[in-house]
Amino acid sequence: MADTITVRVLRYQPEAEEKTFWQEYEVPSRNDWVILDALNYIKDHLDGSLSFRWSCHMAVCGSCGMMVDDEPTLVCKAFLRDYPESIEIKPLANLPVHRDLMSDMDGFTDKLAKVKPYVIPAEAQSSEEGCQQSPEELAVFRQYTMCINCLLCYAACPQVGLNPGYIGPAALSLAHRYNLDSRDTGRRERNEVTASDEGVWECTFVGECSEVCPKHVDPAGAIQQMKLASSLDWLLDKLVRRDKS
Amino acid sequence: MGHQEATIRTIKADVIVVGGGGAGLRAAIAAAEADSSLNIALVSKVYPMRSHTVAAEGGAAGVVGDNDSFETHFRDTVSGGDWLCDQDAVDLFVQEAPKALHELDRWGCPWSRQPDGRVAVRPFGGMKIERTWYAADKSGFHILHTLFQTSLKYPSIHRHDEFFVVDLLVEDGVCGGVVAIELKTGDTVAILAPAVVMATGGAGRAFPFTTNGGINTGDGMAMAYRAGVPLKDMEFVQYHPTCLPGTGILLTEGARGEGGILVNKDGYRYLQDYNLGPPDPWPRKKAMELGPRDRLSQAFWHEQRKGNAVKHEAGDVVLLDIRHLGEKKINERLPLVRELARTYAGVDPVHEPMPVRPAVHYVMGGIDTNIDAATPVRGLFAAGECACVSINGANRLGSNSLTELLVFGKRAGMNAAELAATATAMDEAAAKALASKAMQRVDALHSNPAGTETAAGLRQELHDLMEGCVGIYRDEALLEKAASGIADLRERYASLGVTDHSKVFNTEVALALELGAMIEVGEAMVHSALLRRESRGAHQRLDYTERNDTEFLVHSLAYYTGSAPRIEHRPVTITRWEPEERVYGGAANG
Repeated sequence: MADTITVRVLRYQPEAEEKTFWQEYEVPSRNDWVILDALNYIKDHLDGSLSFRWSCHMAVCGSCGMMVDDEPTLVCKAFLRDYPESIEIKPLANLPVHRDLMSDMDGFTDKLAKVKPYVIPAEAQSSEEGCQQSPEELAVFRQYTMCINCLLCYAACPQVGLNPGYIGPAALSLAHRYNLDSRDTGRRERNEVTASDEGVWECTFVGECSEVCPKHVDPAGAIQQMKLASSLDWLLDKLVRRDKS
Repeated sequence: MGHQEATIRTIKADVIVVGGGGAGLRAAIAAAEADSSLNIALVSKVYPMRSHTVAAEGGAAGVVGDNDSFETHFRDTVSGGDWLCDQDAVDLFVQEAPKALHELDRWGCPWSRQPDGRVAVRPFGGMKIERTWYAADKSGFHILHTLFQTSLKYPSIHRHDEFFVVDLLVEDGVCGGVVAIELKTGDTVAILAPAVVMATGGAGRAFPFTTNGGINTGDGMAMAYRAGVPLKDMEFVQYHPTCLPGTGILLTEGARGEGGILVNKDGYRYLQDYNLGPPDPWPRKKAMELGPRDRLSQAFWHEQRKGNAVKHEAGDVVLLDIRHLGEKKINERLPLVRELARTYAGVDPVHEPMPVRPAVHYVMGGIDTNIDAATPVRGLFAAGECACVSINGANRLGSNSLTELLVFGKRAGMNAAELAATATAMDEAAAKALASKAMQRVDALHSNPAGTETAAGLRQELHDLMEGCVGIYRDEALLEKAASGIADLRERYASLGVTDHSKVFNTEVALALELGAMIEVGEAMVHSALLRRESRGAHQRLDYTERNDTEFLVHSLAYYTGSAPRIEHRPVTITRWEPEERVYGGAANG
């Protein structure tokens, strides 16, 4: 492989000018370097003004999602050696951008809070004991606990692009995760949001969210299961209401 | 860019929590539960789920089985810490541990389970009984997300995400808030509250080769230090023995807990040569690969010197072998280890042993607190890795720290809430004046000419000193070299200037402030190490090779002076177990 790689970055410096612009950097290309190492090289040695987020360098904190050659990518998990002599980096698609590669995350944390991503127990807990939960009960929802909130799925989802109010794949999967947890009884409460017109029915099942998920959470599968459950709830409500009337 | 007081925004709260990791979130929840009328400001330089608790893998210790007892957890912890732990704190810790873990269970943490539905536990290094609760090998990740998601339940917790706290506001020995930069706007914000909880995590990034994330730069330790709180036992820095070469990525001790072995270039389980054997029967607790981390990292150092390490393209390594566990068990118990080894080392542990070496992992020392998580400065509390209670002494046992941040995070939050209910707020004008003064450090970064010194250059020199002189083994000459080198760095740092003068997300300024914290924390480590003329736990001196209880059964306290710290010592609290010889291997299983 070449000794250097050309990293083209879509810059946005809101205080200097309104428009975005491309900037190129020549960076050493080491076999053991991930793209994040190249960005840190730029920050340290070439351009202190380039702004991006990162922390764990092991694909678990979810900070460093970006578009690399138009693919939503965790740059701490993508090796330079797997790219040709140049790469293009942009901020995550479908999200407002504050500066350079830093997208807005507040929209997501607000949506997450809306779906009540916490255990809603049957009754107030006063005991100091834990819960019983079999490995089989855990297996039902475990996959959906793996979301690192990196928002690659929001960048991949065409519906997020069309409707910024859409709750979106990660937050919906986390709602589903609690719905499926044997310790929780909050599904009906969450339905008020997840089955609303900002919820699961916005999803057109393109399935890109599951394709790009670095933790194999399968948000698309979660959303389809939620649609089914929501339809059954609706049908059941209809039947019950008809019985009563 | 001078800081006019008029441009400083103020936010008023009752309790401020700095840091959104495990300890900070647990503190915020505790304060919210203690009194729902309190306004709690959770201030973090990153979104809470990015905090480094996320990277903890192996699990959290708490007595749960019929075969276990508080006394055994106490004795493992105290001997693991080479008798430098405060025993009253350890007693409290082991008793509160199971309650804290059960609480997370009720909040939805996906703990791994036994077939009958009870939580599963696994063996861990230095622990005589298996008591480490785990969620596969992503325990910290699940604990952090469970706490973050649970925190969304409390309307009185107001998050200030991506606010970089620059300093504490302290006047006449009383803390009344913090001054921060809101990164999104670049605005200076004074946040006022009569109770502040520091929960900013560790400082591993002061070293070049570390498991720590980029954010672990000791900011909170440095802030408390500058505010007059001593940093306690800073010479004790833990090297985790099994990390990937090159990146320093952690492979959990859980891999050895499940039965993994360590071999040198000859395929020999070398730990048997370092008072940890005999190798069989295996697995066996408190022996061989389930010895404590300090001993295992020291054994690597010796093997490397003897020429027994394996040559790897990224330096010397030994091999961690879990092949005998089989693919099914590896996928069930250690999925992250497999994913990390495949991605970052190109090795599938189902088929090949993994290259590993020690890397800086955890700072046992930290902000001096008492058993109530209170510091000597009224209104300031601290919990988690940034604090030193001390339950970890000279060497922390794996899986005690996740529990520690729950137990003492909760205590800090409750005590902060109690103080906030009666204490009075700092005068706003006085707070703004303090904030303006504190921001002079930031102003200097803008007014100093850029280019004579660079943050990257100074950081590299700091790394070289810390790795070269303050590593697994130290001596007087190395530490003197580090002391003069770091004093030089401190002086040169004062003239550091940045190239970026914009306001929105100025990460160059943030990186420069983090570097300043690491230099201060590093200097406290070096001087504490210099004056501890003995070998204990993670502090090993080539010139004073034995533990010396006559002179050094004491905590080191590093006080900020503006130049090299003043070091004082304070006796360890020994309530009921006088120091004994620390034994592992066959002798520990008698």
